[in-house]
Amino acid sequence: MSDNTNTQAEKGTKFSRDSVKNTLTVAIGLSLVCSILVASTAIVLKPIQLKNEELFRQKIILEVAGLMQPDGDIEALFSNIEPRMVELASGDYVDTPDPRSFNAVVAAKDPQLGLAIPADLDLGVIRRRAIYAPVYLVRKDREIEQIILPVYGSGLWSTMFGYLALANDGTTVTGLRFYSHAETPGLGDKIDHPAWRQQWVGKTVHGPDGLPRIEVIRGLVLTSGTPEQLSSTKYQIDGLSGATLTGRGVGKLVQYWTGPHGFGPYLKNFWKSDETSR
Amino acid sequence: MSEARKVLIDPLVDNNPVTLQVLGICSALAVTTSLLPALLMCVALTAVAALSTAAISSIRNRIPNNIRIIVHMTIIASFVILTDQLLRAYAFETSKQLSVFVGLIITNCIILGRAEAFAMKNSVGMSFLDGLGNGLGYSAILISVAVIRELFGGGTLLGYSIFPLVSDGGWYEANGMMLLPPSAFFIIGLLIWAVRSWKTEQVEDPDYQIHEVHRTEVY
Repeated sequence: MSDNTNTQAEKGTKFSRDSVKNTLTVAIGLSLVCSILVASTAIVLKPIQLKNEELFRQKIILEVAGLMQPDGDIEALFSNIEPRMVELASGDYVDTPDPRSFNAVVAAKDPQLGLAIPADLDLGVIRRRAIYAPVYLVRKDREIEQIILPVYGSGLWSTMFGYLALANDGTTVTGLRFYSHAETPGLGDKIDHPAWRQQWVGKTVHGPDGLPRIEVIRGLVLTSGTPEQLSSTKYQIDGLSGATLTGRGVGKLVQYWTGPHGFGPYLKNFWKSDETSR
Repeated sequence: MSEARKVLIDPLVDNNPVTLQVLGICSALAVTTSLLPALLMCVALTAVAALSTAAISSIRNRIPNNIRIIVHMTIIASFVILTDQLLRAYAFETSKQLSVFVGLIITNCIILGRAEAFAMKNSVGMSFLDGLGNGLGYSAILISVAVIRELFGGGTLLGYSIFPLVSDGGWYEANGMMLLPPSAFFIIGLLIWAVRSWKTEQVEDPDYQIHEVHRTEVY
């Protein structure tokens, strides 16, 4: 009970474990031991975890392009994809920085490499972006077949990071996949569900005016109706019940990255001169 | 020796943390849509249960009463983070499927319950066996639920096709309800029913006895 009894703690005779001194000793000692244990595990395993994340990101790029084979060697398959760097404002290729080591989130915070997004254009709610962005080109017989763009933006809880694959017309979606997000398990994380992802395939991103029109709507996209009613369905994706804000966030971030402040100037290079094709 | 055996074997059926004590249900609903994440969850939970009860037991005579729950939580949380880090390094994709549920082992009532009820009063070896036994008891239920859900929900086990699906040209029409959370409740409920029909001593006495009151007794 009193402090002077616990000098005999080690002898175990009149040891009071409820004394203030013992309480503090146990609390501090335990915190030290546990924090050293947790910190050292985290440091030792960090390189392996980073390697896993990188491989997983490459696998997602391969999957979004439809090139992933079961049990395929990710690094070997990924070597067929050509990474390039694009200056977003002009839409031109640049040689530096190296797309393989470029980190868009770090660069966005850099005063030289990043810029603030005007609030009215910031559909993805990310505030800043890098002035460069990597693109991944899938070629078939030397011709570009697909363009894979890194996209990210805010969902309900988290920033969602993913890849959007477009066909070589610069506007038809061939795939959309996220590799990192922390949306509600069981509701918002349905953005990873194959059935929902499959809906994006074949949809058109840009309207006839060249601005992104694609959106995640509430409820279901019409499957029957008059041609007028159905004319907008090629820009629409079914919303996710119980995850309205996550779904809307996905739609908005795709709009931002395919729009004039995102990859718009770059994608224009691929558009057919014939406006009606969109 | 026989007591050690009893401590280890008892939680498997006779004193199962899920079917008898009805603890740890939340993760049983969430991670059992397919067998692989369920197996990983079982390994993670069993490891955390065994190691944390042993650790708590080893300092049980020093833990001050007024901060004992915090001490338990700190130890459990450290082992959970350790497990989570290991899974992210060596079982990356499955750990992504488990998402928050590995972290939520911290709040799993089975572990804190065993720490409080058993590890504070028993030796290190016994506590380790008790944690291991309870982890295995939880695993037994989780694996049964996951096998039923994956087999009837998708026609597969560990990703290998068992019942060929109609959509792939087979004969089995997948039961989509099995993949939704309520089905785990139904299956656990049926398991509890089955176990209690077999081991009738587990049936609880009713809280209320309906007493027929004769009209003349009322006044």
